[in-house]
Amino acid sequence: MDEARIARRSLSPRLWLAGGWLVLALLAAVFAPLVAPQDPLAQDLMLERLPPFWLDGAEPGYWLGTDSLGRDLLSRLIFGGRIAFIVAFAAATSACLLGSTLGLIAGYLGGWADRMISRIVDVWMAFPPVLFAILLVAVLGTGLSSVIIAIAVIDWTRFCRVIRAEAMSQARMDYVESARIAGYGRIGIMLREVLPNVLPSVVALLSLEMGIAVIVEAILSFVNLSIATDDPTWGGIIAEGRLSIHQAWWVLVFPLVTLILTVLSFSQFGEGLKARFDPVLR
Amino acid sequence: MLLQRFLVRLLTMLVTLFGVAIVVFVVIRVAPGDPIAMMLPPGASDDDIARLRALYGLDKSIVQQFFIWLAGVLHGDFGASISLRQDVLGLVFNRLPATLELATVALLMAIAIGATAAILGARSRGTAVEAGIDIASGATLSIPDFLWGLVLILLFGVLIPVFDISGRVSPQLDLPFVTQFYLVESIFRLRLDLTWDLLKHMLMPAVALALPLAAIIAQLLKQSLKEVLDLDYVVLARVKGFSETQVILREALKNAALPTLTLVGVQFTFLIGGTVIVERLFSYEGLGNMAIDAVINRDLPLIQGIVLVFALLFVLINLAVDMTYALLNPRLRHG
Repeated sequence: MDEARIARRSLSPRLWLAGGWLVLALLAAVFAPLVAPQDPLAQDLMLERLPPFWLDGAEPGYWLGTDSLGRDLLSRLIFGGRIAFIVAFAAATSACLLGSTLGLIAGYLGGWADRMISRIVDVWMAFPPVLFAILLVAVLGTGLSSVIIAIAVIDWTRFCRVIRAEAMSQARMDYVESARIAGYGRIGIMLREVLPNVLPSVVALLSLEMGIAVIVEAILSFVNLSIATDDPTWGGIIAEGRLSIHQAWWVLVFPLVTLILTVLSFSQFGEGLKARFDPVLR
Repeated sequence: MLLQRFLVRLLTMLVTLFGVAIVVFVVIRVAPGDPIAMMLPPGASDDDIARLRALYGLDKSIVQQFFIWLAGVLHGDFGASISLRQDVLGLVFNRLPATLELATVALLMAIAIGATAAILGARSRGTAVEAGIDIASGATLSIPDFLWGLVLILLFGVLIPVFDISGRVSPQLDLPFVTQFYLVESIFRLRLDLTWDLLKHMLMPAVALALPLAAIIAQLLKQSLKEVLDLDYVVLARVKGFSETQVILREALKNAALPTLTLVGVQFTFLIGGTVIVERLFSYEGLGNMAIDAVINRDLPLIQGIVLVFALLFVLINLAVDMTYALLNPRLRHG
């Protein structure tokens, strides 16, 4: 048993690979002004559509080439990571707090609270999420906080459904019954007994949701409905790349690879954490 | 029993739709910016503004406004699009067939790819083939349709330009169609040249939509197949001398498909939701693409209409799945 546990701890390359990429991307985003080789907004038509460093015609200092306005692609990707990670953390945490609270209430208290919350979830599930997000941002006005609010308002149902089911099965367990006999109140049991037991699912979902938030932000900035300023975003770079795809493929390829790696890492990281926290596997 | 179940579901569906209507109404009315101001030319007199307010019922209380609006919606009156100056319902029904055709082709592809992978995986369970399918489906699942669309554009639009990556049909073609169901009509008219052109445009967006769902089908169906393959009746079929593939196709698939079917129904609504951005990506002239234009133009009546039609589609699919499940599941059929 112990050997198996040690083996699992040391042999989780996906957790390390995923975590490694996320830490790298996060550090680059946080220290963007120090790390980025160029000013991400500086345009220079003399330098337009420079290819990445291994191709003929590349300029030193512009490692991944430039876009059709001569802006350095690598610097734009690094600065775009700032928006991506801010949205990932803020939106996923908000969705998690909102959804988990409602899910915990619905699952543990049951009765009319459960019926009402479940009905709201049903209504929410009838909206196409991307369209809902675009609509909310259009209504709230573009900007970082609108994007975060829109994602949280749409995606809380993911947490709510899972946590509700978990809390329901936990509420039927013996230990909850013992706590009740021991004289704890309903809210006390919910916070002290049920919450810690649903936490592993919450953490795994949270990581998954961060990946989803990054994608939604990319989609919103792809249709030019994300932030109002001209700061670079991954979706915005992709939109430029889609337009100049036949002249400068790298403007689409590099942000795409960045996004895929980030989304894969968030989901693998979540899966890995879940496996590690899972009491059955542990 | 079945009828009762149907009526209960129908009632829940209506309650859900009523909730959707409230949410749409509230979201749209929260919108900053006066809708009247956007409709009038600059320099309109106060009288004109007041008249238009009264015309659209904006001088009444918000609850009254909701019920006036709801009554209109129930009569099929979704108002007129501000940017296109046409009846919203007409615009929506003009675009809906394109989206339905795309979503259906994507669904069929997802089932074909997913089921093939599942059968292959179950047949060679415990081997490297199964492990490969697990890894591939896991990775496919984590990457959403938006990114698949971009990958496909790069691969088959630029690297090996074999498929069209823009539009629904080649613009130079003369279209004899009377309905908006181009694909269906081209087949019925035996204009297979047009069918081919439509499919060539549809293939890339459909694959982008299909891949995540195909991965889910592959995982779940393989799991169910593996469970069924250990049951006595399947073992008996094997003893009778059927090959493993025959056993799966003739005996196991029938009983393993039910859990997958329910899931496919729910996931199909996610696929339809995905058409919004995928249509945009491939400039495919469907409802989703029009929705994004409507949002960019702040065309609130049109957005309302599109969101409501999508919501109606979602609950109808869920109802259909639930009823199919009840019909196919012997325990519910006879209970």
